[in-house]
Amino acid sequence: MKNLIRLVEGQARIVHDDPWQLVRDDAPQAAGALILPLAHWQARQDAEVLAGNRLSLQGVLLQPDDDPEALAEWLEVLPLVAIDFPSFLDGRGYSQAYLLRVRRGWCGEVRAVGEVLRDQLAHMRQCGFDAFAVREDKSAEDALKGLAGMSVLYGRSAIEPRPLFRRRG
Amino acid sequence: MYHYDDYDRALVHERVVQFRDQVQRRMSGELSEEEFLPLRLQNGLYMQKHAYMLRVAIPYGTLSADQMRTLARIARDYDRGYGHFTTRQNIQFNWIELEQVPDILELLAGVDMHAIQTSGNCVRNITTEAFAGVAADELLDPRPLAEILRQWSTVNPEFLFLPRKFKIALCSAEQDRAAIMMHDIGLYLYRDEQGEMLLRVMVGGGLGRTPILSQQIREALPWRHLLSYVEAILRVYNRWGRRDNKYKARIKILVKSLGIEAFAEEVEREWQHIKEGPAELTDAEYLRVASSFQPPPYEWLPDVDLTLDTWLAQEPSFARWVERNVMAHKVQGYASVTISTKPGMAAPPGDVTDVQMSMLAHWAERFGFGELRITHEQNIVLPDIRQRDLYALWCAACEVGLGAPNVGLLTDIIACPGGDYCKLANAKSIPIAQAIQQRFLDLDYLHDLGDISLNISGCMNACGHHHIGNIGILGVDKNGSEWYQVTLGGAQGKASALGKVIGPSFSAEAVPAVIERLVQTFVEHREADERFVETVNRIGLGPFRERVYAAAEATL
Repeated sequence: MKNLIRLVEGQARIVHDDPWQLVRDDAPQAAGALILPLAHWQARQDAEVLAGNRLSLQGVLLQPDDDPEALAEWLEVLPLVAIDFPSFLDGRGYSQAYLLRVRRGWCGEVRAVGEVLRDQLAHMRQCGFDAFAVREDKSAEDALKGLAGMSVLYGRSAIEPRPLFRRRG
Repeated sequence: MYHYDDYDRALVHERVVQFRDQVQRRMSGELSEEEFLPLRLQNGLYMQKHAYMLRVAIPYGTLSADQMRTLARIARDYDRGYGHFTTRQNIQFNWIELEQVPDILELLAGVDMHAIQTSGNCVRNITTEAFAGVAADELLDPRPLAEILRQWSTVNPEFLFLPRKFKIALCSAEQDRAAIMMHDIGLYLYRDEQGEMLLRVMVGGGLGRTPILSQQIREALPWRHLLSYVEAILRVYNRWGRRDNKYKARIKILVKSLGIEAFAEEVEREWQHIKEGPAELTDAEYLRVASSFQPPPYEWLPDVDLTLDTWLAQEPSFARWVERNVMAHKVQGYASVTISTKPGMAAPPGDVTDVQMSMLAHWAERFGFGELRITHEQNIVLPDIRQRDLYALWCAACEVGLGAPNVGLLTDIIACPGGDYCKLANAKSIPIAQAIQQRFLDLDYLHDLGDISLNISGCMNACGHHHIGNIGILGVDKNGSEWYQVTLGGAQGKASALGKVIGPSFSAEAVPAVIERLVQTFVEHREADERFVETVNRIGLGPFRERVYAAAEATL
């Protein structure tokens, strides 16, 4: 994917050679490192992967209506989970990422795709995203500036489990 | 009131820097209007009919004299010399230039204020009643938990793009003066026999196109679980609330479609995962926040003030003001005063000039402890006034047009800005309010009528809370002209009720006469000192309907 920002050990970098390709529709001829909607992902996996014995070669795209719990049994074999923002006004992806990280303890990559814009990146990072496929008509360099957000977080988040009242000095 | 520490201050200042950058990017074209929209809304900035409108947060309606002076300065230097206090205890400035907004926000940040989340599909300003901390019927102070909720909901990253706006209110008095049952989440705070603070949680209330009163989702929730329980509700709502139709996106629709039991089970399931976690509130945090709300240094005063009694006997207009605008206080020798913003023709409901704001700040310091409150009826409360100063305060208020003795009376009208300002409105509200106020100028008559709430909204969004007015007026569009539908029997508080439509709508010119006939019907059927809404409940809509529509036919 183009225009990708990834956090590596807390440092944000623009990735120029990301191999992943997002395939929203069923495209049986597509090959390589694909990110697929859940149903298509399942259809492509062989019994070994579904049984949890071998890593999958494809990542899953969670769409806003999907329940992250549906991934629970395959988390061991998934290389990556992408969460879709069909509109930047649709906030379901924030809860999905939070649940994946905190409830399911998923440590792999959670990538925001779709309408991913600079001014939402800090919120996404707080909810557990560590990769951001910035909308392609925008500059990834500019978007980097949106990642830090503000220094104060009152509540808690996927990356800061303690609310401010437990951190206030 | 709550005192900001370095964290709170850093947040509001960083937010100004952030928004200044966003405004610049909008003006340079780097951000499209579509992309800028949620960013400006989350900073309280609306595009109205004529200009931008900036809504500034007044958390749970409480502000200091210095903060009020800053609002006055904004009204004077950046607007046309006035501001409009809203039914959600905030203030709106109606004539704002986009490029000046960052400077205004910087002024606000300088006095620990902001406009964060006063709009947009996120958790809005937390509200409680205007008499918190001073009301004689208060069970305990709702403000510490209101502040804790304010902080928790401010820029909470998971819940900034909810299906729709989300309003939370708290109340902890015998009487509900915070309209709890029309909020997305309403919280009644009380103590059990052992003295533990508990919460009765209500969910799914709201007015607008589909007015619904909230239902109880949980009784006796220990206060330590407040944040985790609200988080569970919000997560369920964020994930499952409708997003396909903005008129069906409020949590009330989700609660209604699932049913309260099924909704409560979803919340319970979510809550079980988080209730025992770090979100559990601590005594230390409660005490830290509560220390900001310690009672001011009250003097010991006699219960009866002889000079007050003398003025009451000598000045009937003063006595009338005291009867309507002064409320009992917890502390002997003190009173809470409501300054009415409803003088009639002189100003629309809720509008206060910069000079008046400066005077209010001055009185708060001279007669009180430097604090003011905004009520959801759009009036201003001076919470701690010595009884012996009431007369001096009244004289000063009368001099600047703030002496209207009409709190709770028919002319204490709640009204949204309506078609004069608002892009969403179907009809004007302000001229209707003023025409009704003109019709009821006789103060003796008004006082004899007693408590009547009259609420006007210029459209279905119901910012004027017409559904819960004893008399509700709703502006509707009929083939491009402005008409008004009238409801009767609405009420707020613990006996909340939604008004019922009395029949076909009326033209603007007809409205004052319609209200007059409703009032006459009440007077004819009233028993003893019955309140208007009690008479409506006792005799039903029939007699009112007959009177209004018979007269309408006679004039045809």
